[in-house]
Parts: sequence; C-alpha cells; structure tokens
Amino acid sequence: MGERFVTRGFVGRRDAGRDAANLSPDERRRRTPPGQYLTDDFPVLSAGPTPRTPLDRWSFRIEGLVDRPVEWTWEQLLALPSRDWVVDISCVTKWTHLDMRWHGVSVDTLLENVTLDERAAFVVAYCDGGYTTNLPLADVLNSQAFVAWEHDGRPLAPEHGGPARLVVPGRYFWKSAKWIRGLRILDHDEPGFWESLGYHNRGDQWLEERYSGD
Amino acid sequence: MTDAAAAPARRTLDWQLATVAAVRAETPTVRTFTLSLPAWAGHRPGQHVDLRLTAEDGYSVERSYSIASEPERAREVDITVERIEGGEVSPFLHEVVIPGDRLEVRGPIGGYFVWEASLGGPLLLVAGGSGVVPLMAMVRHRARAGSRVPARLLFSSRGPDEIIYRDELDRLAAAGDGLEVLHTLTRRQPDGWTGYGRRIDEAMLAEVLEPLGASARAYACGPTALVETVANCLVRLGLPPDRIRTERFGPTGT
Amino acid sequence: MEERTAAMRGDPVVGLTVDANAIGGLLLEVFGRDVTAMEERCAHCGTRSVVGALRVYMRGPGVVVRCPTCTEVVLRIVETPSGRRVDLSGATHLALPR
Repeated sequence: MGERFVTRGFVGRRDAGRDAANLSPDERRRRTPPGQYLTDDFPVLSAGPTPRTPLDRWSFRIEGLVDRPVEWTWEQLLALPSRDWVVDISCVTKWTHLDMRWHGVSVDTLLENVTLDERAAFVVAYCDGGYTTNLPLADVLNSQAFVAWEHDGRPLAPEHGGPARLVVPGRYFWKSAKWIRGLRILDHDEPGFWESLGYHNRGDQWLEERYSGD
Repeated sequence: MTDAAAAPARRTLDWQLATVAAVRAETPTVRTFTLSLPAWAGHRPGQHVDLRLTAEDGYSVERSYSIASEPERAREVDITVERIEGGEVSPFLHEVVIPGDRLEVRGPIGGYFVWEASLGGPLLLVAGGSGVVPLMAMVRHRARAGSRVPARLLFSSRGPDEIIYRDELDRLAAAGDGLEVLHTLTRRQPDGWTGYGRRIDEAMLAEVLEPLGASARAYACGPTALVETVANCLVRLGLPPDRIRTERFGPTGT
Repeated sequence: MEERTAAMRGDPVVGLTVDANAIGGLLLEVFGRDVTAMEERCAHCGTRSVVGALRVYMRGPGVVVRCPTCTEVVLRIVETPSGRRVDLSGATHLALPR
C-alpha cells in the first residue's frame, strides 16, 4: 500500500476513561494493555440478535471429558457460593475499561462438581444464539474465570450477555462469552466463532494475542 | 495519491481525494458538505459513499454517507451529516472541516437501495430524520429528470426546526409535478400545525399510501426501529415485500 | 417479514444492526464488484434474499451478516493484519447478474 493520506485535524476518539481519573498516569499506563485505550463506556458489541431464554427453561451445564455431566437450573446457579469481582476488561476492538464490577461464581466452584478426565485440556464455552469460544482449561482455573449474572450491582442486561455470561479478565473480551449455557471439556482445542476466522486461540491481551499467528 | 486530472478513469474500488467545495447548515445539528470530485463517474439516487479519515499515527475510521445530490450534478456530490453527540466522525466533520479541506472518498456504492425515474412508480418514500438524505437524492433526480411519477414523501422529524431540506421540499412540492410532501412532527408542533403530530404508524401509512395504491414502490430510510415499523406496516397494508426497500441507519442515524 | 418482527421485537441490539448496504464498500472489496443487489440463498432456511437486505452486525471483532428470516449466519468477515478472512458457508447459490 502506498503512503496513506492524512486527514487534516483528525485525531479520533481515544480518550482516557473517567473511571480511571483518580489513578495516576503511571498506574493507568501500567494497567492498559499494549495497543489499547481507556474508556468508561461499556459498548454493546454483538454478532447477532439477543437470545431470550426464559429463566424457567434456562440451565448451565458442564459436559465432555468429565465423569458425568452436571447441570444447574437458574435458581441452583444463583445458590452457589458466589462473590463480587472487580476486574479490568479489554476488548480486541481496542477499548479497555478498568475496574468493572461483576458478581458471579468462579469456574473453579463449578468444576468442583465434576471429576475431570486426565485428558481434559481445553474448554469450549457454548451459548444461546450459537456463539462459541475456546480456551485452554488452564486459563479458566485458579480464579481466572467466572460466570457472572450481575454487572455494576444490577442483573446483567440481555444486550450485555444476560442472564449470565462467562468473564475471563485476562483474555480479550470476545472470550467472555455472552449468554453462556455451558462448558464442554475437551482433549483438543476447537476454535470457536471468532477463532475459526483468524482470531487467536488464547487471546492474552498482555501478549497482544489478537490474531492467530500473533 | 496521484492528481485526479492526470489519472485514468477510476474504478469505484479506489479511494479518491475529494475537495470540500462548500459547507451549508441545514438545521442546527445537520450540515451538508459539497465534495468536488473531478474524476467522479456519476451515481444513482440512493447510493452512498464511504469516507475515510486518517490520523497522523495511522489510526483510521470509515463511515458511510448517503449521497444527497442528484446524479444530474456532475463532478460533485453532497453528503448531509447529522452531528451525533459523542460520535467519533460527525463532530469532526462539523467542527473541523472547512471548504478547501480534502477528504478520502470511495464510491458510489449500493445497487439495492436505488431509484431512478426509469423504474417508474408510483413512489412512496418514508424518512426518519437524517434518513431523508438518500430519498432527497431520489426527489431531486425526479425533478431534474422531469418525471411526473406520482410520489409522496412521508417525513418524520422531531420538530419544525429539525426538518432537513424544509424550504427546498416546500418548493419542490409546490411545483405541481405530482410530488407531495407530508410531515409528521413527533415531539414539537408549531401553533396551527395541520400535519401529523405523532410517530409513524400503520394508520398514517395507510392514509399516505392510499392515493398511490398497492402497486407503489416504497423506500424507507432512517433509524432501524422506524424502518422496521414502516416495512412491517407496509406489508400488512398489502405491499409486496419485494417492492419495499429499506436502509437502516442503526440507532441514531449516520 | 412477520417472522423477522417476532424474533426481533424489543431487542435492544436490533437498533445497532444495519442493512448490508452499509457494508457495500467492504463487500465491494471482497467480491470485486457491487453485490448489494445480488441474490443469495440461506444455507439454513433456504430463503432467498437480496444481499442489501441482509442484517449486519458490525460492532465487534468482525462483521456478521445474517438471514433476515431465520437470523442464522450467512457470511462472516474478519480483518487481520495479514489479510481478510471470509466465511461464506452460510450462503448457497449466489446469483451475480451480468
């Protein structure tokens, strides 16, 4: 490609979020992954229409390379030991939002209810609407991932993934699957919706793993 | 980028450099930018252009804008842009761009949402806010082409000061060549207002469509929710779905 | 069209979708010609639609184009630094008029 024409006076919107205003510039820099800019928005990014499963027909399931699959109803999920989470979120579209507040249950707690096969190495999160995303199993253990049903103290809005979504703060936000209905445990990696089209299988924002081959 | 006059005729795939020839305020929040494009190959009413803005560090964004002007105007196109609060591009266009500036443009694009006089009518145009822009290209073209095809534009705006192209539409409707413009003002109506004063609904569309008949071609453009409503109502009123063309702008227009 | 309304009534995300005309420029690059007036057949439900009338979701890692009748994915486009990836598996029979 030849030299790009530069538009006089155009800078683009790449401001620091208001939520980050009480942080020192050093801390803001430290917490902003490479190639990202800070925002206090929570953009709605969607690949399709918002699914609407009535809660009395909703369930969350763990299946695959486990001794036996286990399933929770909505009430059962909410009754699990859960906690607040305050985490930084980065989207591959370059925004980072610091200190987002969620409430939900750790994936560790969910996995306590199954026995993992010794071959278990990967997970696929599958969702209403057909979305999937894949992760190494190791990336969702040890408090690195949770299933959230509240954001900012309120029930998770449908356009943001409600009733429940996966949140994996250490990975680009496309891995935090909205409208999650279950985790499938596998012995091999199975690229999900975006991964099968060129996005990274791991997606660590600190290593800038945006695209496969990064 | 090579000088337009020296280059061979451009394919629509290429980005061209347009010069802003004029800027005009249509309403307090809407401006029209006349872009001079010496190598422009022409367009069809309803098509759009892509605009690309690039910062010094290479960061770039693209937006699509419907062409407001008729193809009969050669070598320049008008785009009409509503300033969206908090937007990334429209505030830049409104606050920074002045005549003489150059902008990267690609097009014309779109073979679906197009009307030309040769397609005939009757013609029903339904616009919500800045959705009127591509329909204005059709209305202007219809006048320049001397078409007498019966045409009705139903135009929804929030209030009288927000009607884009108001004076020109009054003038075109007064020409007596078969174009009628019906306004609906959804939030503020002036004293003595005799037009519609509510959001577009099936009853309104039924009244507007009635003189045109069930063989009308319909084009609806504007915010997604409005366009969805209009399209569904028109189907219920008996218009075949393949005679209804839509262009949704997303939640707030361009 | 009634099916589409039922699926999308009250969906806050619907307002964020646009018609495929809005990605006409991108499709122009992918196909080498304007395809918004071209007809395609959905691989999931068999409905024939004009490309310009397909529903586009574009605020995310890539562009997703869905059938207006059954909402299944017809086309996906992702831009990566090394190139562009297009998944057309949701469409059968693209009719490209001369």
